[in-house]
Amino acid sequence: MDYSQFFNMLPEATLMAVLVIVFIADFALHGNGKKNTVLYTITGTLMFAQAVPCLLADATTAFGGLYVTSNSVNVMKLILTAGTLIVMIMAQPWLNRDDVKNKAGEFYMLVVSTLLGMYMMMSSGHFLMFFLGLEMASVPMACLVAFDKMKKNSAESAAKFILTATFSSGVMLYGISFIYGAVGTLYFDDVTTRLSTSSLTIMGLVFFFSGLGFKISLVPFHFWTADTYQGAPTAVTGYLSVISKGAASFTLMVILMKVFAPMIEYWEYLLYIVIVLSITIANLFAIRQKELKRFMAFSSISQAGYIMLAVIGNSATGVAALTYYVLVYVVANMSVFTVINAVEQNCGGTTRMDSYNGLYKTNPKLAFLMTLALFSLAGIPPFAGMFSKFFVFMAAAEQGSFLAYFVVFIALINTVVSLYYYLLIVKAMYINNDESSLPAFRSDCNTRLALALCTAGIVAFGVFSCIYEWIAAAAH
Amino acid sequence: MVPIEYYFVLSALLFFIGVFGFVTRRNLIAMLISIELVLNAVDLNFAAFNRMLFPGELEGFFMTLFSIGVSAAESAVAIAIIINVYRNFHSDQVNSIENMKF
Repeated sequence: MDYSQFFNMLPEATLMAVLVIVFIADFALHGNGKKNTVLYTITGTLMFAQAVPCLLADATTAFGGLYVTSNSVNVMKLILTAGTLIVMIMAQPWLNRDDVKNKAGEFYMLVVSTLLGMYMMMSSGHFLMFFLGLEMASVPMACLVAFDKMKKNSAESAAKFILTATFSSGVMLYGISFIYGAVGTLYFDDVTTRLSTSSLTIMGLVFFFSGLGFKISLVPFHFWTADTYQGAPTAVTGYLSVISKGAASFTLMVILMKVFAPMIEYWEYLLYIVIVLSITIANLFAIRQKELKRFMAFSSISQAGYIMLAVIGNSATGVAALTYYVLVYVVANMSVFTVINAVEQNCGGTTRMDSYNGLYKTNPKLAFLMTLALFSLAGIPPFAGMFSKFFVFMAAAEQGSFLAYFVVFIALINTVVSLYYYLLIVKAMYINNDESSLPAFRSDCNTRLALALCTAGIVAFGVFSCIYEWIAAAAH
Repeated sequence: MVPIEYYFVLSALLFFIGVFGFVTRRNLIAMLISIELVLNAVDLNFAAFNRMLFPGELEGFFMTLFSIGVSAAESAVAIAIIINVYRNFHSDQVNSIENMKF
């Protein structure tokens, strides 16, 4: 065997090294008070350095086409790595809590291994590799959701998550087995050339799509989302809603565009239905939520609909638009979750929306940064969210059919609806008065660092066009 | 030799029994067992397609082997989580673990 092929999969190899180093460090360090600080320094530095292999890697294949990577995949890996680093930073107030402190090492290991799974999933060239990557991304994720072992909500949401994740991968595999029966191979390239439309392959496509729809939590398959997001620890919810969702939607796009290219007229109809349902229903449910993490769950379902809008165009513009959307979504959503986490850790674990009443009076800076992030999520002009939505709409409208225009129109109307419910939180923070508003607190330096990074991203990605151009250059 | 349709019908039956069980059963362990039925249907499909339709290759068998391994890992995690649920709620019935509602 030619072991030099591992050099072709540089980001995976280095991330594997990070995993091993964190494992050994967690094992070797003594459990005194400083343990989490040391582990955090090690992991944070290594994850920061992980950007180098992502930037250095170029479009190659390895192991006879099992592993395929392109420039756009490497850009996506870089974005997800940066997002994971932000998750690690914003999780610190929670990880330094007394009941979690002694297992912080496990948190880093699980996060890094899910990220490794997402890497493998995004750069797979074979359904087997794709399946293994997907499982590697979702099984440790269930452990992360169950991380607050003594909390009822965490246990309940983890049970819901692992059962739906396993079930959905079963459904997805059943679809893949139909494809295999029809074409006799599992390599992406060979499947594309031999795939023809028959009832067997259409069944395979539908099962496959619904399996991945569960992972991205598109609407007919979204039932687990609200409970899991509410019950999971806030840092994990953030990780689940941006990084995991971004990786899965990128993979779905690649597979639909590349592997199922001969069946485009079928999956485009699937996408139309699912996108309209996701955006509309999630928006309607989000309006009536009283719990902030549950609210963010429905918001993330509708954002998933917007993300999939980029796939309709079936073009390189769509790839660039999706990548850019995920990038902006990472910073905006992580900013919101950082604020939620800071409030939760400092004010006795509250995540209810009415406890945010009058937050501006007591914690003006936090309220202001949260407002910026919510504006970006809603797509108000000077911030990056508006441009990412614009590019996604543009990519979808390029398809040119009447139905595509109709879907874009529905999405546009829903942008207004989403603006209403994002502003409900802003209203609570600035206008609603409450005698029992949250006390003023000083957030720790990690929360500040995470907020600074996210806010810089929200502003900079909207102002400087070079970032979109860089992503678009990688996609073409 | 047994024709391919027989395997196909058997696996489809297994799959939908699994789906039905997953939807109707109100016990976490029973739901997990139903999911295993779904995964077994998949394994059967891959193995039968490989053996009957593409006898010269091994891709389907490899997929079956990996799928068995991965589903074992998944059940291990799922059972660990269900034990944790039981410790918190003193029950493994779906109805009694609905802490979070609208």
